[in-house]
Amino acid sequence: MTHGPASVVAVTLVVGATLVAGSLGLRRARTTSDFYVAARSVSPRWNAAAIGGEYLSAASYLGVAGLVLAYGFDMLWYPVCYTAGYLVLLALVAAPLRRSGAYTLPDFAQIRLGSPVVRRVASILVVLIGWLYLVPQLQGAALTLRTQTGAPGWVGGLLVALVVIAAVAVGGMRSITFAQALQFWLKFIALLLPALVLVGVWQHRHDGVGAGLPSVRHTTTVDVGAAITVRVPREEVLDVRGSVDGRAADGPVRLLRGEHRLGAHSRLTLRPGDAVPVRSGLPSQRSDSWLRPLGSGTAHPLYASLSLILAICLGTMGLPHVLVRFYTNSDGRDARRTTLNVLVLLSAFYLVPTIFGALGRAYVPDLLVTGNTDATVLALPERMLGGAPGVWLGALVTAGAFAAFLSTASGLTVSVAGVLTQDVLRRRVARPFGDGRARRIRTFRVAAVAAIAVPYLLSLPGGQVGLAAMVGLAFAVAAATFCPLLVLGIWWTRLTVAGTVAGLVTGGVLATAAVLVTVIGDPAGGWWAALLAQPGAWAVPISFGVMIAVSLATRRGIPPDTARVMVRLHGPEFLADELRAADRSTG
Amino acid sequence: MSGDGSPPQRVRVTHPRTVAPRRAPLRAPTREIDEQTELGAVYMSSLVRSQARLALTVCVVVAALLVGTALAGALAPGLDRIRLLGIPLPWLVLGALVYPVLIGLGWYAVRTAERNERAFAALVRRR
Repeated sequence: MTHGPASVVAVTLVVGATLVAGSLGLRRARTTSDFYVAARSVSPRWNAAAIGGEYLSAASYLGVAGLVLAYGFDMLWYPVCYTAGYLVLLALVAAPLRRSGAYTLPDFAQIRLGSPVVRRVASILVVLIGWLYLVPQLQGAALTLRTQTGAPGWVGGLLVALVVIAAVAVGGMRSITFAQALQFWLKFIALLLPALVLVGVWQHRHDGVGAGLPSVRHTTTVDVGAAITVRVPREEVLDVRGSVDGRAADGPVRLLRGEHRLGAHSRLTLRPGDAVPVRSGLPSQRSDSWLRPLGSGTAHPLYASLSLILAICLGTMGLPHVLVRFYTNSDGRDARRTTLNVLVLLSAFYLVPTIFGALGRAYVPDLLVTGNTDATVLALPERMLGGAPGVWLGALVTAGAFAAFLSTASGLTVSVAGVLTQDVLRRRVARPFGDGRARRIRTFRVAAVAAIAVPYLLSLPGGQVGLAAMVGLAFAVAAATFCPLLVLGIWWTRLTVAGTVAGLVTGGVLATAAVLVTVIGDPAGGWWAALLAQPGAWAVPISFGVMIAVSLATRRGIPPDTARVMVRLHGPEFLADELRAADRSTG
Repeated sequence: MSGDGSPPQRVRVTHPRTVAPRRAPLRAPTREIDEQTELGAVYMSSLVRSQARLALTVCVVVAALLVGTALAGALAPGLDRIRLLGIPLPWLVLGALVYPVLIGLGWYAVRTAERNERAFAALVRRR
């Protein structure tokens, strides 16, 4: 690739900045409390930028544009619901969650229900969701380095894993707050600036996506890595060097409408007017359908849209790395204000990926051949501008992408490591007295390595599901497990331990099974595939139902201090002195 | 109280709880809440109910907004032919216009939740 060096410089700068921010944090992290939660002294604005920085992952930065290019209008639900999830979170859980004083979701479970069993189940789920969410981040890093510098697939993920371990293990949460807030703005600017330039260029050229099958604007060669199957949408003659359907080819080949196998290392040359062959598994709809609601070319698009809305809106509150961040608000009121700030920041950010997706349909439709549409954002500046501006904007976009991987991956690593430290390693390694603090921090560092090494190994095979869709599945698991725990825990006084465990296990098993079938297996199609690919619509109600039904059936198991906990969750902090004084004088 | 010496010395007697008498009426209702008396339960449940109503309202409006948009696409297939500034209406709605609405709802939620809390504090402190 021509802009390899510029991208290497960009990635190096981002990595260096992350490490510097981490070491600045180290100097400030003096107490264990600092180390874990930034000593609760972060203002709503900083906190909101930090949440945004942590939240905008590979899925938002690269994945949304890729999905829009391939599927069209229906994919706009992803960014809309990634944002609306915070509104639901604001309305349902923000302030009570902060007031619970919980640092992690297992903490919340324990505070609310006082049961070590619930705590253990919640811990397992945090690790599961965290890993599920980390895998696409590392895959995104691999994809970015491969596309922009030609590095082998295992390099990008390893780089992210090492930087995250260094930054997290050294600085803890404090450093991460500053680094995350910084990275939100880096990501936003790195995407907004090229978008403005590209929209200007597009306005100047008056190119549209048209109504027909996608085709390239200038003669474009596509190098196929491993052998792939593509669907040719209409009978046509294409220029292929390599092999088609097992026969050697070197020049024009007449291909009938339907599926064809391109051999490994084939090279396809597309001319303007050729209908772009589409990797099997992706839809090959015309662009007028692409523009239309429910025109994504998949089976049961209305069900998919509705289920996605439910899963993402309710799943946001159950993301482990987001909840940790709420702990650093000074009180419940600040937690709400932080969330409102997050809504504003995300609303601004999510205007941009859609633009990349739509421009991508017009200028880089050849990505459909390899199905590598997650590279849309990376490829677009060079394709549309060419020359030095294309190279530099491409490098800027690459820098932003790395900021996205690093920030989300470090946030997730902190939360998974926090849970591993508290619930897995602490009992065995740390002691409550003596040099407990140093031990705790050492344990945390060991946990951080474990927290990211596992998903790195899982990410190596590479994914068939798009980055945003993969992250969507992690949301679905969160929506089917932690959403009922939080919503019922905060608003319903009759929740019992048995009910919670039953609901968490049912929701977790159902949603995870659906995810595994979708990611590993290859469901044939029709209703079953649609239901499994979007488990939100059925897994979330089932999980809620089980939690409520079992709680009602085990009424004697309502924790005795439920009313007291409810006061803590909903009572405003400015009454806390009175509450505490009353507590002292009574007992 | 050290009053057993022979000459009855003058001892300055001060009210031992200078702050407490003024705070007593403040503490009483919160103590009721904390001791889980019936009255305390009424206080607390009034707050929780008002906050729950707010949460439910916001969620219903968000659901109506998003599901309504999705259904509009299904029920009125010609919407994409309407264009504003060259952009099809559905893209404009879901790509941009929906965000200010979400922010507005968030602002409403924050303001109302804080107002509910102030009303609760006034109720508790009045006694």
